[in-house]
Amino acid sequence: MGVFEAEGGIKVEVDEDGFIQDPDVWNEDLAKALAKTEGVEDMDEEHWKLVNYLRNYYQQFGIAPMVRKLCKETGIPLKRVYELFPSGPAKGACKVAGLPKPTGCV
Amino acid sequence: MPKEYKTPKLDDLEKGPWPSFVKEIKQAAKNNEMSNDLLAVLERSYDERIGHWKHGGIVGVMGYGGGVIGRYIDIPDEYPNISHFHTMRINQPAGWFYTSEALRSICDIWEKHGSGLTNMHGSTGDIVLLGTTTDELEPTFQDLAHVGFDLGGSGSDVRTPSCCVGEARCEWACYDTMGVCYETTMRYQDELHRPAFPYKWKFKFAGCPNDCVAAKARADISVVGTWRDAIKVDDAEVATYYDNGMDIFNDVVLNCPARCMKFDHESKKLEINNADCRRCMHCINAMPKALRPGDDKGATILIGAKAPIIEGALLSSVLIPFLKMEDEEEREAWYDIMEEIQDIWCEEGKNRERIGEFIQRVGMANFLEAVGVEPIPEMVAYPRDNPYIFFEQDEEEE
Repeated sequence: MGVFEAEGGIKVEVDEDGFIQDPDVWNEDLAKALAKTEGVEDMDEEHWKLVNYLRNYYQQFGIAPMVRKLCKETGIPLKRVYELFPSGPAKGACKVAGLPKPTGCV
Repeated sequence: MPKEYKTPKLDDLEKGPWPSFVKEIKQAAKNNEMSNDLLAVLERSYDERIGHWKHGGIVGVMGYGGGVIGRYIDIPDEYPNISHFHTMRINQPAGWFYTSEALRSICDIWEKHGSGLTNMHGSTGDIVLLGTTTDELEPTFQDLAHVGFDLGGSGSDVRTPSCCVGEARCEWACYDTMGVCYETTMRYQDELHRPAFPYKWKFKFAGCPNDCVAAKARADISVVGTWRDAIKVDDAEVATYYDNGMDIFNDVVLNCPARCMKFDHESKKLEINNADCRRCMHCINAMPKALRPGDDKGATILIGAKAPIIEGALLSSVLIPFLKMEDEEEREAWYDIMEEIQDIWCEEGKNRERIGEFIQRVGMANFLEAVGVEPIPEMVAYPRDNPYIFFEQDEEEE
């Protein structure tokens, strides 16, 4: 466990991979600060579209959507997702959206 | 000098004439704190009977969603050197052929950035580099790229395709496994590096039914070399085996699963009913000088094997009985079917459902109909014994 600190008095608990522990502390400023740790300097409209979709899906279903669903419903192809979030939808976009760490099989 | 730990249980594993991973880790531990702590944690796990590695880290390199498996220890305060111990999978060359220079460059990079410990090769087929920290991932990736290596697959993606040595060294290879494996790897770069499937997808290429990559027991798609004409028999060599004391009747004829052979002791001739042959390779393996695969070579495509992780183990089923592998058009048609299957699986498959489980759930008949492959008798394990399932109501009435 660790603490993530950033400008503007941001100070939240995160796990080893930098995912926030308490989804309720999420806000847009925190998202922007987390994005910087994943190689995203400026969050533009497309970034927010992905992040908001992930948040809404998570709030509705309690899990992260499958990648294919994410691309289909946002209309953003996977290649573009990686351009927006270079570390990918699971590590990058989900972290910025404040979702708990997605579990996956290695 | 790294801290010295007492490891009596591990020391026990060095005894005997066999190679020992303990010996190797100790060797690495002389100059590497990570390997040294690794020994201590392993000894402790044997004592406590508890594993200390946490599951499910998400780490990676920029632009890729797979290739790195995050590992953290649950007692980082006690073993700070291995608080991170991530695994990197590196795409192996087809058939695992290296120059010693290439091997040295991998080892040098890994000693610089990680524990120095490798697993050549993991059961996936990849070069497995064991143990590094999050900060070292990107520099390692860059250094590897400079010497021509790329990350392999991990997570819900196309896993690094792997193949047997094939025509490079083996006389039984019925197609160029290394060539097709390389072609498939290049073709699936997107799917390999950017996971978007319900679960993992493994391609494995074996040159003959001996299946030295164990494809049909674990790969989602197995491409297994075979032939469709007759086994080639050299009568003089059969006679020589007999004259040298081989019990051809008991060791070859009676071990044939199809019972398709006869041996005549008088004429020393072996007769094969090729129509009944199941291409199991047993007779060829037993008498390699006398018998050879036929000339009309290609591959059988099988689908749906998996090892037991979430559900139980599955063996493959035949999807395409015979494909001429050197024919580019036939290969293209095969790739088209693969894409069709992946589309349907991605649309309808559940999270973490392998293609074999998916087929079990929806039924083979429905699956084949959906992907547009005609069911034929050659797909069935024992077509002569088993009426199987492919009879539609109207066909029966006819």
